[in-house]
Amino acid sequence: MNLRHSYAVFLRYMTLLFGSPQRLFQIFIWGALDVVLWGFLTKYLTEIGGAGFGIVPTLLGAVILLDFAARAHQGTSTPALEDIWSNNLLNYFASPLSVGEYVVGLVGSSIVTSTFSAIVMVAIAYLVFGFSFAAVGPSLLLFLITLFFFGISLGVFGASIVLRFGPSGEWWVWPMTALLSPLMGVFYPISVLPQWMQFFSALLPPTYVFEGLRAILLQGSTDSRGLIIGLILSVVYILVAQFVFVRVYRAVVRNGLLARYSAESL
Amino acid sequence: MPVLEIRNLRKAYRDTIAVDDISFTVQKGEIVGLLGPNGAGKTTTINMVLGVLEPSGGSVKIDGIDIAESRSAAITRTNFSAVYAHLPGNLTVLQNLRIFSLLYDVPHPQDRIEEVIEEYDLEKFRHTKAGLLSSGEQTRLGLAKAMLNNPALLLLDEPTASLDPSTARIVRERIQALSAKKESGVLWTSHNMQEVEAVCDRVLFLSHGKILLSGDPRVLPQQHGKANLEELFITVAREPLSLEL
Repeated sequence: MNLRHSYAVFLRYMTLLFGSPQRLFQIFIWGALDVVLWGFLTKYLTEIGGAGFGIVPTLLGAVILLDFAARAHQGTSTPALEDIWSNNLLNYFASPLSVGEYVVGLVGSSIVTSTFSAIVMVAIAYLVFGFSFAAVGPSLLLFLITLFFFGISLGVFGASIVLRFGPSGEWWVWPMTALLSPLMGVFYPISVLPQWMQFFSALLPPTYVFEGLRAILLQGSTDSRGLIIGLILSVVYILVAQFVFVRVYRAVVRNGLLARYSAESL
Repeated sequence: MPVLEIRNLRKAYRDTIAVDDISFTVQKGEIVGLLGPNGAGKTTTINMVLGVLEPSGGSVKIDGIDIAESRSAAITRTNFSAVYAHLPGNLTVLQNLRIFSLLYDVPHPQDRIEEVIEEYDLEKFRHTKAGLLSSGEQTRLGLAKAMLNNPALLLLDEPTASLDPSTARIVRERIQALSAKKESGVLWTSHNMQEVEAVCDRVLFLSHGKILLSGDPRVLPQQHGKANLEELFITVAREPLSLEL
């Protein structure tokens, strides 16, 4: 593993990001928009319904955590898409860059973009709606790590799709977090889901985060077992995603798609 | 030791054989032209040498290192420029060269970047995005990137295709100068037969994935009863069976 190579991948995306207000803007805007929308909705619901439980922290906290996972996912996939859009994958993989080094570069980019996005969301939630994660306590760190790992694994899986299908693969990449969100129990306990959906929910690391968040904020209890299961699952997802990426890379090198992927995307 | 050693290289896609059991070498200080009509297997061969296409059989050694066993170490000794692989258009000339100097582990990258910028006349474009360059300027940038690591093996896929005659001549002279130092070998594809005759020490004619002819481009046409290299090329492309092999 040559980290200079990973740094080159990281630097390429950071140069694009900080050299383009449009790219920088999209990192913040969707998370900020979600916080504003859900913040005012929860405020309104509290006013009209006099909700007897902490609706602001449970819903707004869940929105911020879901967006954090989505940013980690897109922060990993987007640099890969940028490489596809600019026909750069051939330049990269005809250089000494290895697959592992490329993935590390993508993950490095995601750390920066998801952290920036989270800071903006938390700041807006605190300044506008008085929301703070302080009530969540030290479990918050485990929540963030689990969601970040899960987001990274979705991002690497998304990069595999892009590598296999070229530019047209992006339409599978963008909505991945949103497609899975009904199963994660972001806004409701998974006990309200049908049994078959609960089975799939139990396989998703974020489910344990959102169940854990509600347990802390509504019941004042910490589900340590659930948190550990979520964390272990998220590590498994990362390993599986890396495995898939390497397999897809080998396949596109074998069948010639890496060298000809532009034609494939037509 | 040859800088490129290809042995029984083969690439098959189901029923189609793109490269059919070819073997050749490129020595340091040698410029070898890989010629042939479209679809003959030139780019497939180059892609296998670059490690972006897995051979169905055979071996590729760069500077003695087998690419199948130690890809990164082998590829560090090479570089390439191709008309179909422009550098990212949304980065400037300087940003592109900086990133590729990291990828190719270039020692003293700042100094080397300044050298190639001067060598390929890119000074006034250093802060221009690559996508805004003319096709000729982009080709020069691709060549500057290809020279960053002073490669032992330089792969050039139609390097002068979009250059005006004056710039093309300058580029040819620089690549010949590189070869004359006897530290690098060059594998060059081109459809410009005059250029090939002027630059290459040896040519290999590919047809349907096989090496049909090889030899000195200044002698080969006469050996096969043709007036010049272009006429020989046309015969290889249209009536390969009519050649006296």
